[in-house]
Amino acid sequence: MTHKPKLKLATTSLAGCFGCHMSFLDMDERIVELLEHIEFDRSPFTDIKQLGHCDIGLIEGGVCNAENVHVLRTYRASCRILVAVGACAINGGVPAMRNHFSLQECLEEVYLKSPDMINPHIPNDPELPLLLDKVYPVHEVVKVDYFLPGCPPSADTFYRFLSELIEGKEPQIGKVELRYD
Amino acid sequence: MMTAPEPNLIRIDDREIPFVHGETIMDAALAADVYIPHLCHFPGITPQGNCKLCTVEVDGKPLTACTSPAAAGQQIRNNIPELNEARKVLTQMLFIEGNHICPSCEKTGNCALQAMAYHLGMLHQHFPQQFPEREVDASHPTIMLDRIRCILCSLCVRASQEVDGKNVFAIAGRGIHASLIVNTASGKLVDSDLEPSDLAARICPVGAILIKEHGYDAPIGKRIFDQHKISEIGLEKIYIAGAKSDDS
Repeated sequence: MTHKPKLKLATTSLAGCFGCHMSFLDMDERIVELLEHIEFDRSPFTDIKQLGHCDIGLIEGGVCNAENVHVLRTYRASCRILVAVGACAINGGVPAMRNHFSLQECLEEVYLKSPDMINPHIPNDPELPLLLDKVYPVHEVVKVDYFLPGCPPSADTFYRFLSELIEGKEPQIGKVELRYD
Repeated sequence: MMTAPEPNLIRIDDREIPFVHGETIMDAALAADVYIPHLCHFPGITPQGNCKLCTVEVDGKPLTACTSPAAAGQQIRNNIPELNEARKVLTQMLFIEGNHICPSCEKTGNCALQAMAYHLGMLHQHFPQQFPEREVDASHPTIMLDRIRCILCSLCVRASQEVDGKNVFAIAGRGIHASLIVNTASGKLVDSDLEPSDLAARICPVGAILIKEHGYDAPIGKRIFDQHKISEIGLEKIYIAGAKSDDS
């Protein structure tokens, strides 16, 4: 009998708070069971820096800078199934609250007008990724196959979603309890 | 010789439902515990058919249940995949037209728009986010108006006129430029006679009109739609009580 190859799973956090990743880990010992069927590729959980060909890519966070766009496009190109995970990936979330203001206003407020600044100036190191005009939902930049709402999605939501993919079933997100907060 | 009067019955999906002459399809449905999704309807307030979520097929024709009179023999389709899919698209459009960032909104869990999206299984907003800019009015000492979340249901406008006997709110402009305004010379809520105990201050289905300092009286997880589904009939009483200020 041939052994079923493990599904390769990559994750990343763009303009997010890593709360979705923390919630993923909340599945506790069930992660051991999951690792019988999946193998992590590039992810903050593994610290692997190079993304290989993957079956599933989980994207946390919205798209706020040029590096986010680059990472997101790389994930889209390398992952068979791309999933927008959490409120920020789905609609920009809390980081998108800066969208009411111009980028210049945001930078001035933070780097020039904040109290007790020493040598106030707007950072311009060429290594820093350039900020986008607005924070965008993931699906406005690349095609997304599935959406897992929640701030964050619960560990049960992650577990159920991945279990269904492992079993080769169409994930039934939203057929159980939905939460956006 | 008298002919037997035609029975006052309509059929919604697979149920025969009685109605009283003058009732709308929505009135009859609510009285019979049949849920027709709606956001801008509130029992006792004149219906306006703004949100279109209550669109049902009456003898094959799409009509808003809240404004259409019930008539004997109507064959109505309500809880069917085609209509629920259309309702979901309407809800997605309501989401992208404002800033509905649930994790940072104090109305989360008490919000009918959010609960409607849960009911319809909305996983994402599909359309490009508009991220509009609209004026916040924090001038009133106890009531906050954040227009960025207003869905133009006009319930506050109607509640103020019909129940509170005031005329605090109005909708100005048309189409995408429509906005909720305050009927005072300054346009500010502080110069109006709105009070936290007014129905107009408590009826908002979203987080546009908020009673200040009471947003977190009920913790997240213990709020109305944490414990009820929007499809339960008669939630309005809890809804109003839940939003009611202690000062009133």
